[in-house]
Amino acid sequence: MAKVTVDGIEVEVPNGATVLQACEAAGKEIPRFCYHERLSIAGNCRMCLVELEKAPKPIASCAYPVADGMVIRTDSPMVRNARRGVMEFLLINHPLDCPICDQGGECDLQDQAYGYGMDRSRYREAKRAVKDKYVGPLIKTIMTRCIHCTRCIRFSQEVAGVPELGATGRGEAMEVGTYVEQALRTELSGNLIDICPVGALTSRPYAFAARPWELRKTDSVDVLDAVGCNIRVDSRGPEVLRILPRTNDAVNEEWLGDRSRFALDGLKRRRLDRPWVRRDGRLLPATWPEAFAAIARRLTALPGHRIGAVAGDLADAESVVALKDLMTALGSANLDCRQDGAALDASRRDFYLFNTTIAGIEEADALLIIGSNPRVEAPVLNARIRKRAIAGRPFPVGYIGPHGVNLTYPAAHLGEGPAALRALLGAAHPFAETLRKADRPMLILGRGAVARADGAAVLAAAWQLATETGMLRPDWHGFNLLHLFGGQVGALDLGFVPGEGGKDLAAMLAGDVDALWLLGADGFDPARIPPSTFVIYQGHHGDRAASRADVILPGAAYTEKDGTYVNTEGRVQRGYLSVFPPGEAREDWKIVRAFSEGIGKRLPYDDLDALRARLAGANPVFGTIGTLERRGCADTRGPAGDPAALGESPFVLPITNYYQADAISRASDTMAECARIYGGAAPAKLAAE
Amino acid sequence: MALSDKDRIFTNLYGLQPWSLHAARRRGAWDNTAALIAKGRDWIIEEVKNSGLRGRGGAGFPTGLKWSFMPKQSDGRPHYLVVNADESEPGTCKDRDIIRHDPHLLIEGCLLAGFAMGANTGYIYIRGEYYNESVVLEAAIREAYEAGLLGRNAARSGWDFDLHVHRGAGAYICGEETALIESLEGKKGMPRLKPPFPAAVGLYGCPTTVNNVETIAVVPAILRRGAAWFASFGRPKNHGTKIFCIQGHVNRPCNVEEEMSIPLRELIERHAGGVRGGWDNLLAVIPGGSSTPLIPKHICDDVLMDFDALRDVKSGLGTAGVIVMDKSTDIIKAIARLSKFYKHESCGQCTPCREGMGWVWRVMERMVEGRAEIEEIDVLEEVTRRIEGHTICALADGGVWPVQGLIRHFRPLMEERIAAYRARHGSPQPALPMAAE
Repeated sequence: MAKVTVDGIEVEVPNGATVLQACEAAGKEIPRFCYHERLSIAGNCRMCLVELEKAPKPIASCAYPVADGMVIRTDSPMVRNARRGVMEFLLINHPLDCPICDQGGECDLQDQAYGYGMDRSRYREAKRAVKDKYVGPLIKTIMTRCIHCTRCIRFSQEVAGVPELGATGRGEAMEVGTYVEQALRTELSGNLIDICPVGALTSRPYAFAARPWELRKTDSVDVLDAVGCNIRVDSRGPEVLRILPRTNDAVNEEWLGDRSRFALDGLKRRRLDRPWVRRDGRLLPATWPEAFAAIARRLTALPGHRIGAVAGDLADAESVVALKDLMTALGSANLDCRQDGAALDASRRDFYLFNTTIAGIEEADALLIIGSNPRVEAPVLNARIRKRAIAGRPFPVGYIGPHGVNLTYPAAHLGEGPAALRALLGAAHPFAETLRKADRPMLILGRGAVARADGAAVLAAAWQLATETGMLRPDWHGFNLLHLFGGQVGALDLGFVPGEGGKDLAAMLAGDVDALWLLGADGFDPARIPPSTFVIYQGHHGDRAASRADVILPGAAYTEKDGTYVNTEGRVQRGYLSVFPPGEAREDWKIVRAFSEGIGKRLPYDDLDALRARLAGANPVFGTIGTLERRGCADTRGPAGDPAALGESPFVLPITNYYQADAISRASDTMAECARIYGGAAPAKLAAE
Repeated sequence: MALSDKDRIFTNLYGLQPWSLHAARRRGAWDNTAALIAKGRDWIIEEVKNSGLRGRGGAGFPTGLKWSFMPKQSDGRPHYLVVNADESEPGTCKDRDIIRHDPHLLIEGCLLAGFAMGANTGYIYIRGEYYNESVVLEAAIREAYEAGLLGRNAARSGWDFDLHVHRGAGAYICGEETALIESLEGKKGMPRLKPPFPAAVGLYGCPTTVNNVETIAVVPAILRRGAAWFASFGRPKNHGTKIFCIQGHVNRPCNVEEEMSIPLRELIERHAGGVRGGWDNLLAVIPGGSSTPLIPKHICDDVLMDFDALRDVKSGLGTAGVIVMDKSTDIIKAIARLSKFYKHESCGQCTPCREGMGWVWRVMERMVEGRAEIEEIDVLEEVTRRIEGHTICALADGGVWPVQGLIRHFRPLMEERIAAYRARHGSPQPALPMAAE
């Protein structure tokens, strides 16, 4: 520890800390532009200059290491003059377009100009103008506003792992750009907007949409991937205008994937805003009582075992437990939440969780990825792996899966299919040796790798490998399953899988049920549903399954309800209602609850509190919100499945088109544009189009 | 009391003899270098310290002290010697003559300095424009390798030493030591933050010392003839001999090796044939390369040419590129040209330099015409003060010092020109109409 005096206040900071951190410890706010906690230090904006006793010149506090006995002044005439100078220099070539700048109101330059700017300009020469650059469909550039802090360059190099941004030219001719005009190839590009301290990089879809002070800000949780990124939903009136990440060091730090951030225009398109009932083969608008009556007529005539329910990938835990209770009341155990047919074993939580935890990745020292491309399945989690990979200490990464995947960090390609996994088991494979030698090895098993005929074998083999290489210890759990969407783990936690004598999805689709209740289940091809099956679709988007439905119950998207979600590491988090569901759509658990009353099987909860008490009763994990206990593995007995039954066909990645992987993003124009530019495979056209 | 021929280090500065190894040996180079190395690292560093040698690249940091910052024991990382031959300071051409006429002094110095700091590898970063010089240097290094003076067991000293030449691409900023290291690593030449200093984390993250060509080239002579000999020249703390580059309005521009602390007037009159039109025709001198503030004639009359004397008159010895300007010079225009140079060469990293140098240059351009308000001289002065000392490297300092020197000594001339413009054109119009502001 070093003792440092800042403006007469003595503080102790760890050795190796910077002067800026010492100043913050002393409660002194240091203005800065280029400095960012999660990026390397550039020290070039010169705004954070402070006075160090006995130093002839002010020092850049962001880059200067502390030493014992330092005396710092943050508010001396020397410091004020330096900062005013820097501010004046930044402003001479910065356009005076704050009234039409989307950064206005949340602009570092604007804010700090209040503190250090002058009320007039002494600059009488022509201002610099810079040609705008094209960096992709999501980011609008106004490069004249750029103050050359290089945060974006460092972000793309260090966090996103795509060294495509850089500075060309020298001195005042220096320009930030992509060298050749092309879209940045990263799933994290939206973060450049947050990181830019001025309005040089702003959101293209959000351009001129609103001023920040008009927006109502609601804390929530992202469900479009399984990371459970903490987000803030900015809305005005009935419209969600913007989604921004919230800082949570345990989950997403302060990053957010592009689909999670920009798919929001999909929340306004293709919405189910009223009930529909199929009469004479055609879907016709209906009222809620009519829709409920149509369902009740059919369901009450069926024995329980001829009714099934499927929970979708984006469903909140509340509606899942309500639907499960309804099905139990109807006498059905035909439940499934694994639309992809993943052979997950829900009997023990650590068989399907990301047990190492996301923050725990930083402690690992070897990694094997099986049948997953975390870069598109969970971009923020992939950034965490990259962070570990470039942290300096060795971090060997092995990868089993299709060729041609760029993970943004070096990875040894060990094979394309289960054969590589078999080779790692038992025999003296060099990478198995690497894992064994590592102190904290981990593996990531993609959900796609278990969603296949030999899925149970892959799961069991991966567990066996984890056991053999010392990943499963009382103090360390290196077995990880990477899920794809925010509702998947919650449904598993609630046991939304076939109960005693119940049928799984494949059986239900094979005609073993006569009525199927789909809770936002768009994850499989509805053509697989037999024509005779009566389909109830409850959800928010007229996506794949809705057109097959016999009754459509309009539900709420994740921004439109108070919901509980469990991320891939098993962290229970809550989202809150930001805007109301459109038209006659309702929160999903209320729909189920209202229907249950209509058929005389009233579910025993009248409000959210009672429902959440039921949730915690169903699984105690729902009692702890936000926090997560690190788990070791005390019991190494593996999941059901025979490791020897591995097949031969290579792994297929479940997400080939990052930008259109769920019902909301498939409805989004922005995402369609991204898919066109970044070359994702187009989703199948819907009948209605 | 001019430097006598027997005390010259650069005996082939004018290229009257061949640069080859054979000729250099006849002039005394490579004479039992192994014996110097046999005396050990500490002895070499101590000798250099005692000689009072200060870095010849401009900043004048004591060389022995700089070498002593290198770790005594390697922690497993290699050590590097980097020689800064990116001689880009306008008005300076001393390293060029050393390299093309006496390269073996430099090469031998590299071996000795490399040994003293535990480096088995040295790099000479030569400015891209010095093409012919780099050809000579490479040929000389090849000669040295062939004669066993470099490589394994260099000069039979028991020390392995490899020397490489790297050509720059024409950026002034790459003469700044950390930008030079960046450039050498293949990156864009932008100065690094200090600390950490290169002696701890330098080239490829390893301990590195960057020295000027002239600094390294005088080391063999110091070690052979003794620290006391070198220290016998010049005033205290400003010891040794120095190559001065005298140019501009003198009768015979030249490079000359002279004793430190020689009076400026004597230097010009003895070696450069005096100021064009006589001493009284002198207007001002930039004494140490373009980044040092000019000094007007009344100071030139009796100032001594060394680090401390010039610092006392608010200028500096810099690289000792003496730019002489007689009364025919438009001094404002001359300084405006320097401002343009520094604006052009700013790397663009730090805000004050990137934005400020262009501002200074544009105002200077108006000052040349007199198209400005009197108060703008104060604004200009304040802008330079807000640039100076607020950046990562010293380019910005060197870029505004000439302007500060101009304002300090020639403010009446600037005011006169503004008044003359006003008399001709009425009040000066702003450069652009600013309706919206």
